[in-house]
Amino acid sequence: MRRKRLVTILIVVTAVLMLGGFAAAQAIYIPVISKGFQHQFWQAVRLGAEKAARDYKVVITFEGPENESMVDKQLDMLQTDLAKNPSAICFAALDSKAAIPLLQEAKKRKIPIIGFDSGVDSDIPVTTAATDNVAAAALAADKMAQLIGGSGKVGVIIHDQTSRTGIDRGTGFLGQMKKKYPNIQIIGPQYGGGDQLKSTDLAKAMIQANPDIKGFFGGNEGSIIGVLNAVKELNLVGKVVVIGYDSGKQQLDAIRSGAEAGAITQDPIGIGYKAVEAAVKAIRGQPVPKNIDTGFHWFDKTNIDDPAIAAVLYN
Amino acid sequence: MGDMAHAPQQRRRFLNSNATQRLLAFASLIGLIVFYSLASPNFFKFENMVAILIATAVTGILAVAVTFIIITAGIDLSIGTLMTFCAVIAGVFITMWHGPVIVGVLAAILMGGLVGLISGTFVSRLKIPPFIATLGMMYVAKGLSLIISGLKPVYFNDTPSFALIAMGSVTGAIIPGFNIPNAVIIFFAVALLSAFLLNRTILGRYTFAMGSNEEAVRLSGVNVDRWKTIVYMVGGLICGVAGVVIAARLNSAQPSLGQGYELDAIAAAVIGGTSLSGGEGTILGTVIGAFVMSVLVNGLRILSVPQEWQTVMTGVIVIFAVYADILRRKRA
Repeated sequence: MRRKRLVTILIVVTAVLMLGGFAAAQAIYIPVISKGFQHQFWQAVRLGAEKAARDYKVVITFEGPENESMVDKQLDMLQTDLAKNPSAICFAALDSKAAIPLLQEAKKRKIPIIGFDSGVDSDIPVTTAATDNVAAAALAADKMAQLIGGSGKVGVIIHDQTSRTGIDRGTGFLGQMKKKYPNIQIIGPQYGGGDQLKSTDLAKAMIQANPDIKGFFGGNEGSIIGVLNAVKELNLVGKVVVIGYDSGKQQLDAIRSGAEAGAITQDPIGIGYKAVEAAVKAIRGQPVPKNIDTGFHWFDKTNIDDPAIAAVLYN
Repeated sequence: MGDMAHAPQQRRRFLNSNATQRLLAFASLIGLIVFYSLASPNFFKFENMVAILIATAVTGILAVAVTFIIITAGIDLSIGTLMTFCAVIAGVFITMWHGPVIVGVLAAILMGGLVGLISGTFVSRLKIPPFIATLGMMYVAKGLSLIISGLKPVYFNDTPSFALIAMGSVTGAIIPGFNIPNAVIIFFAVALLSAFLLNRTILGRYTFAMGSNEEAVRLSGVNVDRWKTIVYMVGGLICGVAGVVIAARLNSAQPSLGQGYELDAIAAAVIGGTSLSGGEGTILGTVIGAFVMSVLVNGLRILSVPQEWQTVMTGVIVIFAVYADILRRKRA
């Protein structure tokens, strides 16, 4: 009895999977391998990739390791996807150096690689669809200067000094300040690993050492939440101009309540869309630029609910 | 090595006790392979078989390590981060201190043994429950990896021969085109050696005995504390091997990797018929269990099943395997 039921279930599952398998086998297939999976940011990238797949009538899969440390799991995904004879691969490497042998294999088999987000640190990718973080952070610097009146002290907390995004956002903000606003004195940058608690401690120490600090820039979600915590704990809400990066519920709430002046948001949906779009172009042999800027936006209390902005924010 | 008086009993256990479970695990493995081969032409290709083998190697080695410990009715949650710690140690010796590759490899494996020895001492002499002792060790190993590496991956770029430990191919050198990565060969070698230890030596005999009835073993005059410590040390040494393999595969020691890998390894051992209540288990079963897990996920990926569902299916298989084990026990 039990066995009979089991066999039935197996047959049904087989049939469904086989149908899926055949359907996938016929179309142009592009695996998208990201750096994460369940985070809101990556799910937004997935939405964009799926939209492009519908627009261009290609089949994609979207995969990523559970967290951004699982380099070997990401390589397993890449290797399995190579076995499926894809037409192109969209890839955001967790560790570019570790992925090189597999990417060379793809190159040898003439499978175009499209980098996205942090991309792949090598000349193998045909193109990379990513936020121009230097320009985005420079915009944050402009907004900061405007809000504090062009002079005073500004604290900077970045997530790290090794990742591409950390380096670009740091140099983008600092470079713009140095070039255009000589009267603004930068405190830091300090590096908090994107950890809220660590960033809180850093921000508090910076305020203690510089009671006249006028503003804070945080390089990613964790950094800016840390700053917000520090400002709240020291009862300075509204007295310090806080500018952040990305979204997330806490940050959006802070912007709505006025504790945070505004933030730069990337366009994760655009990243996913443009990566798949570039893959389709590469497959068709159409030219693609070496870098695709997927765009960024400044948002604050006034435009947080605009449909165009709300679409790229995540909770 | 074997004590002749115990040999017949040993053989009987080897044949009967886990045979059904292992058979079941083996049957599901074959079933999965047949099913996927029918469902997709991309599955049963040499390239994809190599992908499966390499994806199994590290988890498989860890699963072998934890099998020893589970058979004593213990558990080791530190194996994943210990693996990482050992990888970082290899990085320290080879990249930071510019030592010879072989020294780095040995240091990594010995460090695994040392940490295993410490965990074992906590469990056997200080009587800290294995779950807690090794949970603590999991965090200690993770923290030390981060501290020593300075939170950054340690690359082995100056020593190209290091990557060959995992990604080179001895078989490819013997039979051209048959490029099975060395990581897989190392996995099988570790498994064979462990099966020998478990079935043919006094260490293996005490491992099973302690798991079945520790008090009886103690009363018969065996130094249980010492043997249990040794079992944890053996587990640690094997984790050291896993650390070398993963570092060689990634050509880097990734300090934040490792947490979560212990659960995959434990699941593989359990699917292969190792009983969490101790006293039962085989290396062959564990190897099959590790392949069941990786073939399952690989095939779902080949069939483009969404990742959320891959995770669900893995969970279902684990529950199924353990339930089958319970059914078998009831019948026995």
